[in-house]
Amino acid sequence: MTDQAKNDLRIIYREIDIPDIRNFDVYVKNAGYDGLKKALSMTPDAVIDEVKASNLRGRGGAGFPAGVKWSFIPKNEPIKYVTVNADESEPGTFKDRQILENNPHQLIEGALICAYAIGAKAVYIYLRGEFWDIAHDLDRCIEDARRAGFVGENIGGSGFSCEVYTHLGAGAYICGEESALLNSLEGKLGQPRVRPPFPAQKGGGLYGEPTVVNNVETLANVPWILRYGAAEFKKLGTEQSTGTKVFCVSGQVQRPGNYELVFGRTLRELLYDYAGGPLEGRTFKAVLPSGASGPIIPVTDEVLDTPLTYEDFVKIGTILGSASVIVMDDTVDITWVASKVTKFFTHESCGKCTPCREGTYWLDKVIDRILAGEAKETDVDLIVNVARNMQGTTLCALGDFAANPIIYTVKNFPDDFKRHVNGGNKTPAPARTAPAAGD
Amino acid sequence: MGLADKYAERIEKTLAKYPDKRSAVMPLLYIAQEEYGWVNQQGVDEVAAIIEMDPTQVKSIAGFYTMYSEKPKGRYWLQVCTDLPCALRGADQFHHDLLEHLGIEEGGTTPDGLFTAEHVMCLAACDKAPMLQCNFHFVENLDMEKMKALLDQWRAEARGT
Repeated sequence: MTDQAKNDLRIIYREIDIPDIRNFDVYVKNAGYDGLKKALSMTPDAVIDEVKASNLRGRGGAGFPAGVKWSFIPKNEPIKYVTVNADESEPGTFKDRQILENNPHQLIEGALICAYAIGAKAVYIYLRGEFWDIAHDLDRCIEDARRAGFVGENIGGSGFSCEVYTHLGAGAYICGEESALLNSLEGKLGQPRVRPPFPAQKGGGLYGEPTVVNNVETLANVPWILRYGAAEFKKLGTEQSTGTKVFCVSGQVQRPGNYELVFGRTLRELLYDYAGGPLEGRTFKAVLPSGASGPIIPVTDEVLDTPLTYEDFVKIGTILGSASVIVMDDTVDITWVASKVTKFFTHESCGKCTPCREGTYWLDKVIDRILAGEAKETDVDLIVNVARNMQGTTLCALGDFAANPIIYTVKNFPDDFKRHVNGGNKTPAPARTAPAAGD
Repeated sequence: MGLADKYAERIEKTLAKYPDKRSAVMPLLYIAQEEYGWVNQQGVDEVAAIIEMDPTQVKSIAGFYTMYSEKPKGRYWLQVCTDLPCALRGADQFHHDLLEHLGIEEGGTTPDGLFTAEHVMCLAACDKAPMLQCNFHFVENLDMEKMKALLDQWRAEARGT
């Protein structure tokens, strides 16, 4: 494949090339459900091996290899489930929504392939409640697929039967955490579970049965892998980051939006060639490459020239995660960013673990004090101390997520905090003046 | 007529999705909210009876999630996202201007009962800020001029019915 062909390749956002692909007939005409047919002609273990060989990594943020996750499901259990995590709620993340709106059958197909591979008879797609319209459209897509024999009894005459259901959440970030998602789906409070047992194990999954929980984008890659083979997929990207990734670019750029790129392009290409660079007369100051929960870093030439891969982003002191790239320019006070993000996590902490529940609350209070110009320099040390005490002390990752914004804003932008303390700047500099989208 | 009779078909379809009735608590709470305009005690009790759950537990579920309203709302429930990516594109100012224009405080309802407005956490539409959801439907790429036109449209819609 030429470099240009690789640059233009789209696995996920096929609607850019085929506008009506959301319709069942159009999807089928364009090789839709061929991946499922291929899978059904193979043994379930061979399907798992193919996905393993592709080195497809979870696109929800953790980057765990999907095929390996599937292989954890015990073979001798009679009941298993696939749960699709469509609870997209991380500030800066809006990629799954575009898949669900424009290429829904590819997700359904990917989920069915997963179900066949692990031997599940039901798929639950857990959508955040705000995806109300999307869920109802998805129900119609499932019925279209059912009429053609791809959902329900004896799929494609293979003897494999599987149902696909949607389930709406109701506004809780924590339900994107897999064990909280399972609790929510069971009609319990959406709070994380103690692990082990992990969802893949007996006792740890949905209704206590072994369960795969995969992100929307992860599963949407699977039909392509089955259709063209793991070897083709591995030709895209790098050894550790294979295939394409959707990058959600938001904040202060000319053209915010979703851009699907083969792994290995640079951040500079993403922010300038695709997102159009900074707003008129501004320069880039900071970037959160993995949404609100990841480490924030200053935008330097070194950072801009970093290849967009899991492995390269670790080297520059942050993570690629879900690739939700929030961009801030030189008009933004990073103390205000810390405050904004902390308010989010304070609201979204489910309240189960003390360090997270209390930690976020006090972080929010002290940052407000810093922003108001009423804090001492030691208060900056205090928030770092509180944040450090939240790390690794909670049942789920939200505690760490809430600590990151504090630790990395203070570490990487100390001057922004210093300006406010010891009777300094009393006016938080909000980005209220930032132009509306479309300007 | 109670929920169980009025929405019998929908409830039956919902219950059929899950091996355990309890899983239907969230979809059924949405039905209760649709019927009563908010999740009141009557709705909680009816949902609890249908899925054989304790009403207190049903209420705790309703309280945990932000999309179930525990008090009556205006006919149009406007929820503006003001999280970081939206705020970087002027959502704080937009939220402030909207409240001022409607003459209400955060979370308040206009005296005519038409509009409730408040800010909410990330709605996964960061590239289309400022944006809001109105009765769970997204309205994107807003500014106050567009917003005022929409409010007029909704006022006219309300008068027409």
